[in-house]
Amino acid sequence: MKKFIKEKGIVIPLDRANVDTDYIIPKQFLKSIKRTGFGKNLFDEARYLDKGLPDQDCSSRPINPDFVLNQARYAGGSILLARENFGCGSSREHAPWALEDYGIRCIIAPSFADIFFNNCFKNGLLPIVLDNKIVNSLFEETVPNEGYELEVDLTEQTILKADGSVIKFEIDCARKKSLLNGLDDISLTLLHADDIKNFEERWKQKSPWLFT
Amino acid sequence: MTGKTLYDKLWESHLVKDLDDGNSLIYIDLQYIHEVTSPQAFEGLRLAKRSPWRSEANMATPDHNVPTTTSERAQGVEGILDPVSKIQVKSLDANCTEFGINEFTIDDPRHGIVHVIGPEQGRTQPGMTIVCGDSHTSTHGALGALAHGIGTSEVEHVLATQCLQQSKAKNMLIKVNGELGRGVTAKDLVLAVIGKIGTAGGTGYTIEFGGDAIKALSIEGRMTVCNMAIEAGARAGIVAVDDKTIEYLKGRPFSPSAELWDQAEAAWRELHSDDDAYFDKIIELEAIDIEPQVSWGTSPEMVAAISKNIPDPAQMENDAKRGNYQQALAYMGLEANTPIQDIKIDRVFIGSCTNSRIEDLRAAAAVVKGHKVAESIKEAIVVPGSGLVKAQAEQEGLDKIFTEAGLQWREPGCSMCLAMNADQLGEEEHCASTSNRNFEGRQGFGGRTHLVSPAMAAAAAVAGHFVDVRDWT
Repeated sequence: MKKFIKEKGIVIPLDRANVDTDYIIPKQFLKSIKRTGFGKNLFDEARYLDKGLPDQDCSSRPINPDFVLNQARYAGGSILLARENFGCGSSREHAPWALEDYGIRCIIAPSFADIFFNNCFKNGLLPIVLDNKIVNSLFEETVPNEGYELEVDLTEQTILKADGSVIKFEIDCARKKSLLNGLDDISLTLLHADDIKNFEERWKQKSPWLFT
Repeated sequence: MTGKTLYDKLWESHLVKDLDDGNSLIYIDLQYIHEVTSPQAFEGLRLAKRSPWRSEANMATPDHNVPTTTSERAQGVEGILDPVSKIQVKSLDANCTEFGINEFTIDDPRHGIVHVIGPEQGRTQPGMTIVCGDSHTSTHGALGALAHGIGTSEVEHVLATQCLQQSKAKNMLIKVNGELGRGVTAKDLVLAVIGKIGTAGGTGYTIEFGGDAIKALSIEGRMTVCNMAIEAGARAGIVAVDDKTIEYLKGRPFSPSAELWDQAEAAWRELHSDDDAYFDKIIELEAIDIEPQVSWGTSPEMVAAISKNIPDPAQMENDAKRGNYQQALAYMGLEANTPIQDIKIDRVFIGSCTNSRIEDLRAAAAVVKGHKVAESIKEAIVVPGSGLVKAQAEQEGLDKIFTEAGLQWREPGCSMCLAMNADQLGEEEHCASTSNRNFEGRQGFGGRTHLVSPAMAAAAAVAGHFVDVRDWT
């Protein structure tokens, strides 16, 4: 997995609550059997004016000029600023895959849906939960200031603003370690293989009908 | 000492060990697998040269993008017209063969929606931990199992290790007191709950549904309720084991038998929260206050009772909510203060892992019997949840009731719930749908979904607009 240590980038403000995973990546793109290539269809229904199809060349599709990703000032942005309950809906990991493939490395929001939040950490994406008031102020600062950037430092758990002020954020220490080192969860779990086997043996004694 | 909740008991019985970093390793008894969220997980196993920890602890079926027309289904996997969908279904078949996983293939008579066939086959059992790369895995909690959706990385993790790294959720009890009124169903109950607590109300919690109204529900009704726990933000919803649970499991193909049954039953009967268990949050509702529900917006929390009007954004308490409501109404092409009963319908979908079981089909058939679908309806489809549900319905003559009324009788699959196959809404079409999500574009680009119970969808099919099924004759 890709490591996340520090990220400095343009902030893309997506001013919409309850952004669901269908909105992030519509279902017709879930037919792929690969993990990559979803970036061009990120937010497809909001980003383009026509109905998107899998394996389509998106460069000639009509774009929605009002949508934030289509505004030149946010080109190359890597930090998504969002509203509450971001990522609600399905468990599709295609949602973080699409964000990552597009170039997003960090999402800042007042709250996230559980499964999406969890999926981000499996893909080198850092979701940061901040108080609603702070998120509001970031929206107020981003929108009028072209080229507005933030620098996210996971080691220090800080967000540095251009004016030098710093916002602290919280993160679970297991997830922090995993992102900083780009760890492979499966290898880590397999270090406990003996414990799993011992558990399984005890569980089998207790609930033999589960092992027939 | 304080007692334990059902969730506490399920968690503790599956705890392999607490890890140094604050997470825990939790053992998973069963993983359900489908074609959309698994190919990348199997590919990961291949690349790392890993094999499944316990291949028999997995069960697979293709459901998300299988076609539902009889002509396409007659030729099995080769009959799938969409080449991309066909590749995905074939990949599942090949992966299951390669890794030794039991699959109910598209042409198996027991094939169907994974959350319908799991309980139907008796694979889902009380006291289990169950995962699937699908958020509606919460359905299986209706049988006293701890079940929730996971992403593809975790699908691979469970395949390789039989475990998940997790931190424990908080406990919430949603207690529904009293008795539901006539014509008010499990679907209305859960939509009313989501309307009350919101789509993020359960985030970070496991929700136990309890109270007399839940106890009075059938197991299928409880599945409808737990299915939509995720729509309230909770990954898992659970209901305590009782006589109905035990009765439901008796004699199913994968249920234990003989001595093992007695042993299992004794263990299952312990699966309830203790009287003095501590819940971080308790929410109570009175069943008598719940009317048939209809969603009017683009989030499952945007619901209203059939007797009410579409809410007015101007009346909302803050700017954010006002904005959300305005955005939703603009997408839905609806005006504030319109009576819910005046919303006209173009299409009807009866199906999905929420409402495609035999009781759902019986309820819908009872409403349309002797009636005709309104002329203004472009298409009304009934998609049974499994091959066995379909066969049972046909034995009861429900298929005839539907087709005589002008509804189409289809083959099992997820169908128009997420519209990955050809079953889709056109732009700006309103659909009375028994599914679980009314997000923008969910049922087709520009489509407008209204979530309702099977009986309410059936009544809307006949009337061409929403009607109160309690007044149906």
